[in-house]
Order: sequence, then C-alpha cells, then structure tokens
Amino acid sequence: MPSPFILDRTSVTQVMAWVLAALLPGIATYVWLFGPGILVTLSLATVTALAAEAAMLKARGYAVKPFLADLSAIVTAWLLALSLPSLAPWWLIVTGTLFAIVVAKHLYGGLGQNIFNPAMVGYAVLIVSFPVQMTHWAGPNELTSVHLTLAQSATVIFGGDMPRATLDAVTMATPLDALRTGLLQQLTVDEVMTHPIFGHYGGVGFEWLAGAFLLGGLLLWALRIISWQVPLAFLAGIWLTAGFLNFFDAGRFGPPWFHLFAPSVMLGAFFIATDPVSGATTPRGKLIFGLGAGFLTMAIRTWGGFPDGVAFAILLMNLCVPLIDQYTQPRIYGGADKEPRA
Amino acid sequence: MSRELFKFKGGVHPPEHKAESTSRPIHAAPLPKKLVIPLRQHIGNPAKPVVEIGERVLKGQMIAAADGYISTAVHASSSGTVTAIDLQPVPHISGLPDLCITIETDGRDEWVAHAPLDYQAMEPSQLRMQLRDLGLAGLGGAVFPSAVKLDPGASHACTTLIINGGECEPWITCDDMLMRHHADEILQGVGIMRHLLGSTEILVGIEDNKPEALDSMRSAAAKLDFAVEVVKVPARYPGGGAKQMIETLTGRQVPSGKLSTDIGIQVFNVGTSYALARAIHHGEPLITRLVTVTGHVLRPQNFEVLIGTPMHTLITLAGDRDGTTGVLMGGPMMGVPMPNLDVPVVKATNCILVKSAELFPPLPKALPCIRCTRCADACPVELQPQELFRFAKAGDFGRAQEYHLFDCIECGCCSYVCPSHIPLVDFYRYAKSEIWAREKDKRAADLARERHEFRQFRQEREKKEKAEKLAAKAQAARAQAALDQAQRAELAAAPAAEGAAVSDTDAKKALIAAALARAQAKKSDAAPKNVDQLTSEQLHQIEEIEARRTKIRELARKPLESEEKKP
Repeated sequence: MPSPFILDRTSVTQVMAWVLAALLPGIATYVWLFGPGILVTLSLATVTALAAEAAMLKARGYAVKPFLADLSAIVTAWLLALSLPSLAPWWLIVTGTLFAIVVAKHLYGGLGQNIFNPAMVGYAVLIVSFPVQMTHWAGPNELTSVHLTLAQSATVIFGGDMPRATLDAVTMATPLDALRTGLLQQLTVDEVMTHPIFGHYGGVGFEWLAGAFLLGGLLLWALRIISWQVPLAFLAGIWLTAGFLNFFDAGRFGPPWFHLFAPSVMLGAFFIATDPVSGATTPRGKLIFGLGAGFLTMAIRTWGGFPDGVAFAILLMNLCVPLIDQYTQPRIYGGADKEPRA
Repeated sequence: MSRELFKFKGGVHPPEHKAESTSRPIHAAPLPKKLVIPLRQHIGNPAKPVVEIGERVLKGQMIAAADGYISTAVHASSSGTVTAIDLQPVPHISGLPDLCITIETDGRDEWVAHAPLDYQAMEPSQLRMQLRDLGLAGLGGAVFPSAVKLDPGASHACTTLIINGGECEPWITCDDMLMRHHADEILQGVGIMRHLLGSTEILVGIEDNKPEALDSMRSAAAKLDFAVEVVKVPARYPGGGAKQMIETLTGRQVPSGKLSTDIGIQVFNVGTSYALARAIHHGEPLITRLVTVTGHVLRPQNFEVLIGTPMHTLITLAGDRDGTTGVLMGGPMMGVPMPNLDVPVVKATNCILVKSAELFPPLPKALPCIRCTRCADACPVELQPQELFRFAKAGDFGRAQEYHLFDCIECGCCSYVCPSHIPLVDFYRYAKSEIWAREKDKRAADLARERHEFRQFRQEREKKEKAEKLAAKAQAARAQAALDQAQRAELAAAPAAEGAAVSDTDAKKALIAAALARAQAKKSDAAPKNVDQLTSEQLHQIEEIEARRTKIRELARKPLESEEKKP
C-alpha cells in the first residue's frame, strides 16, 4: 500500500452518528410539545429502513454488515419520519421509507450514488399520492384537549380503533396550512394570524421545534460536519424572498420570520439540503444550491399546490447539482483567476 | 517576530510523534563493511561511473561524474575497493533495481585530498561546476541538483531566499536536530547561497513545534554580518512544502506550472545549506547526511550516516523489535515502502520509519465516496479531490486533467481526512501514470505515422521522377525522328521541283517520294497525339491528379524537415 499510511479517525459511521445525535434536541422537543407519537413513527421508519437496506445490499451482492453499520439508512429514516405527520398511518411510513431506500437510494447505486435526497423522494411520493393522510399532524399539547400516550399513539398509527372524534381532537392544521387556507379564503395575513396556532415567530410549539433543529444544526456546523454555506444560503433564500413579498404586500404574504421559523425550514437547511451526496460540492455551488432551494421553497409555498415546499425545492435543486458544480469550480493554488470552461 | 504571516488553504494536523527521536543526541553510524551507492540519487540524468571494478577508491573520491546540466556527481563515502558496478535494489517507489557502485570498505576511512574553496574569488559558473562535481542535491526530498538551483539565470532575480526548516511530516526530526546542533554551519551555507543568487531578503521558516531549533537558529543568525530573519510558522502539514512555505512567509503563490524563481523566490532545505557549507568550507562532497530512525524501534534517534549504508544496519543500531510490519523511507504521509532492508541510504533518505501494527494499524476497507468534500477542505492546492477521484475511477483522464490533476502534489491530506477511507492519492498516481503512458504511446504512434507517410511520399516521388525521365527520353527520340524525316522529305522534294522538265518518270518519282514524306511526317506528328490533343475531361482528370500529388508533397515536406532536424 502506498502513502499515506495514517488516517484521521473520522469515518462515515461517525459522521452519520453525529447527524443522528444532532437530531436528538429536535426529537426531544417534539415529544415534549407534541406528544410521544413521533417515537413510534421514528422506530417504524428505522426498522423498515434497516430491513430494506439489508435486503437491497444482499440482492445487489454487497457485504451487508459494513454498509448497514454506516448508519446512513437510519439518517434517511429519521429525516423522513420527522417530515411526516406524527400520527400518519403505519403503511404510509412504511411506503415512504421503502421508496426512499429501495428506489431513491439503491436503484440509483447505493450510498454515494443517489442524485436525489432519498428522504425527500419518499416524502414527495407520499404527499403526491396520499394528500389526505399527510395531514394527520398532532397539534401542540398547549392547544389540544386530548393528549395521547405512547400506547395510544401507536394504536392510532397502526390503525386500531379510535373514534373519529378523538382523532379530530388531537390533530390540527399546521400553521403553514392554516395560513394557506386562510389566504385562499380571501382573509388578510393579519386576520389569519389571529388563529391560536400562531405564536411569536412561527406556530405555537412549532417555533420551539424549529429552534431545536437550529440548535442541532449549529452543533453540526461547530463540528465541521456541515459547511456554513448551504444552511446560511437556504435561510437567506427564504428570508429574502419572504421579506421581498411581505414588503410589497403584507396583507397577502406572510412575514419573513414566520416563514423562517418553521421546523421544516430548519430541518431542511441544516439536515437535508446539507446532504453531501445529493448536494453541490464547491463553495460557490453550495451558496447557489442553498439560495435556490430557499427561493423555490417560498415560491411553492406562495404559488404552488402544497402548503410547504422544502422537499420539492431541495429535489429540484438536486437536479441542478451537476450543472452548478461544473460551472463553479474554484480557483486552484497558483491558478489563473479565470478558470477555463470545464 | 512581527512579520505578518499568511495562511495557505487546507492542510491537516496528524499526530506529530517528533519527541520520540529528539531526546537522544546525534550519533555517527559506524562504517559498514559494504557501501552500495546508486548512480541515480537526484533528479535528472544518472551519474556516469568513472571507476572500474577492482579499483581502490578513497573517501570523498568521485566515482561517477555528472552527466549533463541537470545531474550531479556521486562519491565514495569511505575508502575501499570497488567490487561491483551492477543493478542493485534501491529505495525507490518503483521497487525496481538500479545501477549502483558497490565498495568493500577497508576500515581506514582514508580521505582523498580536499581543500576549502575560496568561493568569493571564483567565477559563479565555475563555482557551480564545482558544486555539481561535489554531488550537491536538495536534501528536503526532491533531490534536485543544487548547482542548477543556485543559478539565478539571466532573467530571474532571486531577491528572496527562503531556507526551509518546516519539516512538517510526522516522525521526522533530522532537520530539527541539524538546526539545533549545526545552526552556524547552516547559516554559512546561506551566506554562499546569498553570494550566488544575489538575494536581498533571507527568511528561515521553522514550524512552531521546534522551539529549540528556533532558538538555536535565531542566536546563530544574530551573529551574522547580513540580515537573516528566522520566522516561526504555525505547524500544519504540509506547511514544509516549498510552495506552502512561500505562501506562509510571503503571501504569494507560485503560478501553476511555473517555478518559484519566476516570482523571484528560491527555496532550499536546511540540510542542503549545511551540505553546501561543508562543501565550500571543507571541500567535502555530499557523502553523509542525517537520518531519523524511528517508529517501532527501541531507541528512536538521528544518525549521521554515510551514503550507501544498508538500512538494516541503522535499524539494528536503533534496536529492532518484534512485530515489525514494514519500513518506510520518509514519513507516514508521503513515505515510500521499502522492498527490503538491504537497500542503501541515499541522498534523499531523511527518515527510516519502522512500522508496527499498533503504530500503523492496517487501513480500513474503503466505502463509496459521499462527496462530503472534506478532501477539498484539506487540499493545500485547493483542488476538488472528490471530482478528480470520480474522473480517475471512471477512466475519464481528460476531465481529470481539466480539473488540474497535474497540480496535485500527492501530499496525502485528502486520503488522510477521507471518512470513507478511500486511498485517493493512489487514484491520482494511477491517473497520472495512465496519462503519461498514453502520451508516450501517442508520440510513438505519431512518429510511426509520419515515417509511413514520408515513405509513401518518397516512393511516389521516385516513381514520378522515373516516369518523367522516361517520357522526356521518348519525346526527345520522337522529335529527332520527325526532324530526320522532314529533312529527308525536303531533300527529296527540292530536286523534283528544279528538274520538272527532266522527265515525267522522275517527276512522278519525286511526287511519290514527296507524298510518302508527307505521309511519314503526318505519321510522326500523330505519335504524341495522346498527350497533345486531350478532351477537357481528360485534362480535368490530370489536374486532379496533379493537385493530389502537390498535396501529398506538402504533407510529406513536414516530416522531411523534422527528420532533417534529428541528429
């Protein structure tokens, strides 16, 4: 074996483990403010992802153990689970996870080869195919009359007997959904925002969840597991677009802080758009990638058919990565300032 | 020091492991029974042997002379008898044996006559020839002939001279120990460099993990009658690389594909400066150097070693241990594995690093690249290693070159940080060697094609010349025949006209003769008809053929010129 003969201690497994660890503040906040249902979703997604990963590795003739140990399947499972409504039925979770691992990851060549973020592919398939079930969001404990225990949440998720009335008492429209519905009913932003779901910056409970994801993201940045370019550009893309729209017509477009302090934005900015495999690699490319995803998220929220747009925005930017990378190659040591076209 | 320092991009901080080998003083390694001295120890042409088998040589005697400008001489490291001039295993990454001169030492260590050189009185070119004959080459790793680097040239003014005491590779401490114990001599060498290059600014860069070396060099510099600034630079691998040291100290980058002298900077390793001082002030050729022997040995330390000493003797001296898993020449980041331990210490040997499973655990299996760009963050050349890897792996060497593959210095930072443990540098070495092999093949193919085309052209030309010659000959013959006939006819017609009245029979005869002559003339006129009276179609065809011929001739003229140029 030629040089070098020593290695830094970091491994893919370690990187993935840190990503999972950085999600823990968010998960803890989720349980605290929205009930323990998310734990059922996370567990089910994890088991499904590991089983699918193992089966696909075996089918493709790869060594199962080292690849399973890289934890990348669990990261995908958790990111998808955190994007799904916490009381979504079990088959929805299983379908989304299977699609993410089998189609988006392994049919594209496995770890390192997928051009789309697997979790976001799983999410997109579900929201397009099962829009009704994708609204089963547990409302914040502060606003709901019924609080489900872990066992009760599991019963709901696995389709056990649950009076329709109870489900309605637990679930609630998300703040983004509420804003969208209100605006469609010709209400002004201020009128919509009188709804109890809206808190200081984002939604009640939701803003804290966003803060917890932000905290985990900053941890990843401090550990240099993610670079600053993508999250900052993504948040800037959201803030600038929302700010621009809000500046011109505050009655029809929500305030920028509200758009920024959504859990999906913080999760997207720090954990999903920063996925190295499907993201841009050059420093300038990362800025373009983040800005583009932020702008598209706002465009979909404002003019698209879905209340939130993070998943589609990131998938659309995934498409542009080869182009972005090719045209943003940095200057090398001692190189000419203008790079020849690649 | 108040000097503003600049930060080169990238780099890594591997564990230093320097303290192991700096606690013991420098030992002179004993004289071995046999010295194996390779003729190719430097960049450029290998030296040419000037001794014969059986000849007795003295210590410091030149045994192989420099061959050409970029070359340098090789000397006997001790007195003894030349026993072989043949292929021997050498410490080189290729693992291939190379031409060496083997000397059986006689234990007397008898010096050849040598004397200091009065370098200030000598012509610079003459001095450089002397340095070439004294075998001086860069001891920092590249072993470039020093005489060449000490030539400022007509256009290059080397205003800044940088003495590199970075020694950024883990484990290696020979430069550190040299600076601690021979600072005065190192700076004497700097004085000679300054004399030859005419430098006005002299900087010594030393990483901050060598405080003793910094102190020793600073106090030595204070005694000089010219200004030498000893600068403490932050320790970060590969900060001791020449280009990185230049950027750290001056904030300037050497343009891609150029030399540091193009921006007025020349860089020498401290060991080279020391060797230069020994050469000038003592007349000693380069026959010894400091070598760190460290890693999995009982007594890691630095030795002063005669060039040609087998490596195993040094490992024995330092105390070999069980559980050795291999030996490297150089450090763990850029070192070269040794095929066996009979290989000799050469001018480039700065360190012999003995590996064990605990110190150098086997590298884990590689996983796929996840494009995390840690490699890009670590790359001191600011390349995109993940893209180079992708292209090299796919065999897309053209794209790899577009992404500046050949700017890679193979420092190993990318492989070091890769969380997927991909041996990235291997892929770049592979891509580079593939590209070189293809260029070579292409050159060979081009040459063969040129030769073939020229041969075709020559055959065509010869054929044409032959045909022209034949045609000319036939034309001449026909013209002559026609002329003869016409003269004969005239001669026959003239008397017939004059003596018309002589007789009818005569007149008749003459008429018949004239008619015959006309017919003859007509016949001979008709002979070249196939070239004179051509249809426009035929003419067109001929033009086309001619045009093709001129084209071939033009094509063939180029190889003809290039062939003429060849010696």
